[in-house]
Amino acid sequence: MDIKKRNEAYNKYVQAKIPKTKAWPSLFYSFLVGGIICCIGQGINDLILLWFPNMAEQTAWAYTLIVLIFIASFLTGIGVYDKIGKFAGGGSIVPITGFSNSITSPAIEFKHEGIIYGICVKMFTIAGPVIVVGIVSSIVVGLIYLII
Amino acid sequence: MYTNQTVIFKNKPVIIGSYSIVGPKEGKGNFGPYFNYVMKDDCFGEKTYEKAEKKMLESAIVGAMEDAKIQAKDVNLLLAGDLLNQIISSSYAARNFDFAFLGLFGACSTMAESMAVGASLVDAREFDTVICSTGSHFSTAERQFRFPLELGNQRPPTSQWTVTGAGACVISQEGKGPRITMATFGKVIDYGVSDVNNMGAAMAGAAMDTMLAHFRDTKTTPDDYDLIVTGDLGKLGSEILVDLMEDQGFKLGLNYNDCGQMYYTRNQNTLCGGSGCGCSATVFNSFIMKKLRDGEYRRVLFMPTGALMSTTAAQQGESIPGVCHALVLESDVGESDEKKKISANIKQPKQKQSNGSGKPVKNQNSAQKKNKSTK
Repeated sequence: MDIKKRNEAYNKYVQAKIPKTKAWPSLFYSFLVGGIICCIGQGINDLILLWFPNMAEQTAWAYTLIVLIFIASFLTGIGVYDKIGKFAGGGSIVPITGFSNSITSPAIEFKHEGIIYGICVKMFTIAGPVIVVGIVSSIVVGLIYLII
Repeated sequence: MYTNQTVIFKNKPVIIGSYSIVGPKEGKGNFGPYFNYVMKDDCFGEKTYEKAEKKMLESAIVGAMEDAKIQAKDVNLLLAGDLLNQIISSSYAARNFDFAFLGLFGACSTMAESMAVGASLVDAREFDTVICSTGSHFSTAERQFRFPLELGNQRPPTSQWTVTGAGACVISQEGKGPRITMATFGKVIDYGVSDVNNMGAAMAGAAMDTMLAHFRDTKTTPDDYDLIVTGDLGKLGSEILVDLMEDQGFKLGLNYNDCGQMYYTRNQNTLCGGSGCGCSATVFNSFIMKKLRDGEYRRVLFMPTGALMSTTAAQQGESIPGVCHALVLESDVGESDEKKKISANIKQPKQKQSNGSGKPVKNQNSAQKKNKSTK
């Protein structure tokens, strides 16, 4: 096909012309911010264990996650997290704070459509796939564990 | 085998009024001083961004009527469109006006589409006065086409920033103002680009097709225009268009530019520039209209481009079709210009058409004589 060839050539030409993202600076910033978030998490964990010496370590982990989720949601609400994300890229998406942001941001965005059809329905538009993949892979891992 | 896509207006409809309204970010951009009104915040005193967009359109329509010094009873028809599903901003804005409404969808090319349709109706003496309007809002477009505003993601380097703004103009049979002399209606062109973050590349093909059709139908060249301006191809798209046109044997020189590319300053982090209906609409109804009224530009080829994309189609793996309509606008400053018809195909040596005071240049007198003799 003539048009198919034309389109292929055009797409090839466009691909060559697209400005590329610089890999090294992007990686540097995402590791920097991701690392800082992890350090904050570790700090919270250590503080919890310091204040409540009798707490089991696993319970402390849960509380740490809750605190991190709260902080990220709060920062999303006051419009700071998207600015961090613009700068950090994957560094602020991969930690649990990114997950929190991906649920809070649609909730804010769609609040005018009402609580049920707005917030509840749209809340998981971005995080939904992550949850589905998480559950499905846990089933697969569980089955493998059962067989072994 | 070509079919004619260009309408050459015999009665040359006049744009008697225009108005532009933009958001705060746009007000700080390169065209800031030219806009009629810069909003203090994105919400424009409304609860939601959709309502703000509707209110912007209403303000633009009212502003254009005031600029043209006409009343609502003088208006026959409103032609408007926007980016949202079911063009709600336009139809909901039209609900508050007491004249007929025709909703259009041409994505970001809606300004040219509405003006071309409006000019055709006025030129045919079907209507006396029509209003053409369109607008877009960054936040409503992001929500419909992309991600929530507060999501911490990065924008790809080819992405563009939807302009928050609306523009309107009044086209009439009689009056003072720039004239619409020709309109080229564009075909839907698809070059197989499926990246929704690369609108410029998706639309460049359509822009090329319409431009070629225009030059072919009217037998003009890029040098016949003081300004050739596309809508929102952005930095990448306009570079691609220059390359495509070069392949076709047309050199787009210094008189070519793109509204989206010019819209924001370098520090505003908009990557490839502005986009959306509001991009070409606000630039046209502020900057270009002013220059045409002053006679600084004698003849402008205005060709907004639109990516006819929907998120559903994109998710189903469809590529993005583009469309582009072109309009020729001529300044009414200086009598000679009106009589200098390009449809008569008089090849003149390229000269500076405006000498500051708007007086006719020598050579054009001979052009008039030739014109008369051909009649």
